[in-house]
Amino acid sequence: MSGGEGSIAQFDNVGLRYGTEREVLSDIAFTLYPGSFYFLTGASGAGKTSLLRLLYLAQRPSRGIIRMFGTDVITVPRARLPAFRRRIGVVFQDFRLVQHLSAFDNVALPLRVSGVPESQITKPVADMLDWVGLDQRSEARPATLSGGEQQRVAIARAVIARPEILVADEPTGNVDPDMALKLLRLFEALNRLGTTVVVATHDVHLLKKVPDSLIMRLDRGRLSDPTGALRYPPRREAPKHSSRAP
Amino acid sequence: MTADPLENPVPVRRNASRFGGGDRLVPQPRLTGPMPWVIAIMIALTVMAAGAGLALRNLAGNATAEIADGLTVQIVEGAPAEKARQAEVAVAVLSNLEGVAEVRRVPEDELAALLEPWLGQQGVAEEDAIPVPALIDVRLSGPVTDRRLAELRATLTASAPAARVDAQARWLEPVFEAVASLQWLAVGLIVLLAATSAAAVWLAARSALGSNRETIEIIHLLGGTDRQIARIFQRSIGLDAVLGGLVGLSLGLTAILLLGRQFSGLGSGMVAGGALGPVDWGLLAAIPLVGVILAMLTARSTVLAALRRML
Repeated sequence: MSGGEGSIAQFDNVGLRYGTEREVLSDIAFTLYPGSFYFLTGASGAGKTSLLRLLYLAQRPSRGIIRMFGTDVITVPRARLPAFRRRIGVVFQDFRLVQHLSAFDNVALPLRVSGVPESQITKPVADMLDWVGLDQRSEARPATLSGGEQQRVAIARAVIARPEILVADEPTGNVDPDMALKLLRLFEALNRLGTTVVVATHDVHLLKKVPDSLIMRLDRGRLSDPTGALRYPPRREAPKHSSRAP
Repeated sequence: MTADPLENPVPVRRNASRFGGGDRLVPQPRLTGPMPWVIAIMIALTVMAAGAGLALRNLAGNATAEIADGLTVQIVEGAPAEKARQAEVAVAVLSNLEGVAEVRRVPEDELAALLEPWLGQQGVAEEDAIPVPALIDVRLSGPVTDRRLAELRATLTASAPAARVDAQARWLEPVFEAVASLQWLAVGLIVLLAATSAAAVWLAARSALGSNRETIEIIHLLGGTDRQIARIFQRSIGLDAVLGGLVGLSLGLTAILLLGRQFSGLGSGMVAGGALGPVDWGLLAAIPLVGVILAMLTARSTVLAALRRML
């Protein structure tokens, strides 16, 4: 493997299979640098969600090497993984909000997990909820929110701690075009601050909205990279990120 | 739309172990759930078993201390005059022996009163009465050893041949053995109850883990550590154990006080020796505390073991 220094994520020859089934991901190789914006596309069942699960450290691959923030996360002790996960923001396809917590408390979760004092939580969470248009729904439980509102809570939760990489699985699937564009602008704003963004989507119109983005196309578990741009991408100068290493 | 919330990032710590508001992550059923009541019953039974064990220990300890230095000398002689003579000689010999603290010949009317339930009203000294040995109660200045007993026998039988010397502790040996068995039974019960409590907490923690699995996975993926998650359950079950422990302690102490009152009504000297002292009450009050610690440790190890199976 060559290059990859200073990368956020580096996959090399990664394969994933569940049980004894055939591989759902095969020979995946790419490098993500800070400040890059990626769209992950592919037909249903192509392996997008599986690839994202590897990226947000919910799954170990069956083979290959994955380096996150310069560390081989396959061999790193399990106890060190939470510190890596705190540097990753995730928007799950099914939102995965804690049902008995309010929208406010759901958005505050990453900050509370990271030990931020309560006095420093209220304003940023309120601002974030305001930004995604849910300031009037901050005390609502997820069950009383619409699909689009839940999705916005999930996105607010993913970006509240200013992650170094944001992984979003169909983040605009349940919102109207205006809100989809607004959320995309939020991702772009985060990206401009140095966060690497990976958005899995079916929406081809969305791809055109971010001109500098790169496309990762998955086809039956294999990543299409005819020019090698995903494996050896051009380095971009990214703004210095505020987060610290674990 | 307000100011861009990304402009002023919140300073997060990637290695923080503190988890603010963690207690809100697991819904708390408290006294409406079964857990505090299961713990309350276990603690109540443990307090009762421990109370019984401590009372038996006190009873055995007091009785042993009372008779450890006691000897009974019987003058087994059919002829009343000879019996009286040998008894006087024995009292005189014993009174002059070194290491003898107290010698008391049991008066005949006291002896008659003691035997009245079995022999009816008859004077011990009467001629047609069933011959009863003369009794001499002896207290030594130290415990009765086999060697001391043999020396006393030899000395006494030289001047009072009808004298039979017995250590009082030996008569009650079977009673002490039975009391010791009951004490071990109480210890066994406490161990079994502690194991059952731990198993109940383990099941409760597993159940809570199962019903909150989705929440745990979310916290896990947001960077929550095993210790943070275990602490949430530990605190939750600890609170249940505190509530259950207090209820259980109240039930157990009430039962002990009621039983104690009934036993004290018996007016038996031996039973009175089983009364609980301040240290005993302190030990009983500490049982819920041990229960809370046991519950929290069990919950912690159960949750940590389950989390280790996740990536």
